[in-house]
Amino acid sequence: MCKLVGFLVAVSCFGQGRPASAELIQKLDITVFADGRGLPVGKGTAAAGRAIYKSKCAVCHNDNGEGREKQYPALIGGIGTLATERSVKRVGSFWPYATTVFDYIRRSMPFDHPRTMGVDEVYAVTAFVLHLNGLVAEGMELNEKNLAAVKMPNRDGFVPDQRPDVKARR
Amino acid sequence: MKNRRRFLAFGAGVLAGCKKAPDSESGAHMRVYGERAPGETSARWILELSASPGTGSSRTPLADLYGTITPTSLHYERHHSGVPAIEASKHELVIHGLVEKPLVLTMEDIRKFPSFSRTYFMECGGNTMGEQRGNTQPDVQRSHGLLSGAEWTGVPLREVLKAVGVKPEAKWMIAEGADAGRMARSIPIEKVMDDALLAYGQNGEALRPEQGYPLRLFLPGWEGNTCVKWLHRLQFADAPAYSAKETAYYTELGKDGKAQIFTFVMEARSVITRPSGLQKIAPGFHEITGLAWTGKGRITQVEVSVDGGKTWAEAELQQPVLPLALVRFRYPWTWDGKEAVIQSRCTDETGFLQPTHEELVEVRGSNSGYHYNAIKPWRVGADGMVTHV
Repeated sequence: MCKLVGFLVAVSCFGQGRPASAELIQKLDITVFADGRGLPVGKGTAAAGRAIYKSKCAVCHNDNGEGREKQYPALIGGIGTLATERSVKRVGSFWPYATTVFDYIRRSMPFDHPRTMGVDEVYAVTAFVLHLNGLVAEGMELNEKNLAAVKMPNRDGFVPDQRPDVKARR
Repeated sequence: MKNRRRFLAFGAGVLAGCKKAPDSESGAHMRVYGERAPGETSARWILELSASPGTGSSRTPLADLYGTITPTSLHYERHHSGVPAIEASKHELVIHGLVEKPLVLTMEDIRKFPSFSRTYFMECGGNTMGEQRGNTQPDVQRSHGLLSGAEWTGVPLREVLKAVGVKPEAKWMIAEGADAGRMARSIPIEKVMDDALLAYGQNGEALRPEQGYPLRLFLPGWEGNTCVKWLHRLQFADAPAYSAKETAYYTELGKDGKAQIFTFVMEARSVITRPSGLQKIAPGFHEITGLAWTGKGRITQVEVSVDGGKTWAEAELQQPVLPLALVRFRYPWTWDGKEAVIQSRCTDETGFLQPTHEELVEVRGSNSGYHYNAIKPWRVGADGMVTHV
């Protein structure tokens, strides 16, 4: 039935909605995929990110990503702890993809004023956070072509849902 | 509507102010929007996690509630970037990605689709977090209160998607909210086409701002975080986004250091809500009551033990037992005044039996508290005080 509508093809069977223009989608679509699709054109280094981090991130995450207790999470540490009793899940120890770091900073940070940083600032802060975790060199430029290639230590640390994994006994 | 309310309020003012009230035992004037009795003070317990307002959780006072529907004002909340103020008339849902016809829908557009209403439970994936490590809470509100039940009204998402034409290569749908942090989750296409709901109503009225006004995704039986509030964008894709909230959070780190990802379903669970933590009871008759629920269909049985798990007896389930909804159970008990440990366990239609804490931790370890669904024992002391075991 929808097809019969012909030139009003974008209008649904119930007559609702209007076509979403490419411009609108481009404005709203901020998803970054793990293979790098969706990354905006831009670049930044940890060296450039240090000052931005200091002015926009340190108030919550502390000077070098140590976090503030019971307020905002730490961004560093934990590498090698995941299989221990006291695991520490942080960007470097747990997050599987560098693209997620970029995506999260771009969409949600700074916490009280998200989406106020430019693309290059987001690349730079991403680089700085990865640098704090010892994952990229201070001078290394991250951009839309190489960010997805940054190998996170826990990239292979995820498995699909194993449940029902617990078998109760009567 | 606004004008009508104002008129009614004005009318009430006239009655109250200008006209002398007759000497009467008939009580107060009517109210345009109801309130509970002044002596009823049950409230949510709020835990704000950051200095920014509205970020954290509020928990339902399960021990105070009757039946299976949580009053909207007491429904649990979990916000990751506060509660945005959104005008329904300006809100739009954009559907794009691997679809034939990307579409923008206003709230008016969405309400034109055939709607339906159904009663479902919703539970946070992190409900009872900490108990896997033995960090317990003193009462059932704090330990289990990220759980509520409501009637949700909306449009089956698959009906709306007929209008956009989802391409066969679309395997995931990324749902994004219009909250400050643009929280996003990736949902498998099978769930989208099964029973996903674009919800705009809760318990008979429009969603409250804290529940995603004017539009949220509702995924029956799945962890609350996937029921994205303030829904403004649906993107169809061949892969998940691996967003922060589905990698860094809401994943279950096991003993071996590997984390289960995309663990959506809330497995079967029950808890005694009365008598429960911080309550004090007297010797004599008590109706033990509580709630059971499962993200995999129907609860088929709830058993209660009043002797520390040595013996179990079947509890009565309040009918009708609805799938994917809270189930009220009851068990008559006469307390003899001696220390006792009471607990409930449930079975669902898949045959899944709720495990003990020990059984759960033996398999999963104590690294992750997500989807913790073990049996909850309460100790009734000789003085009648109920505490966590």
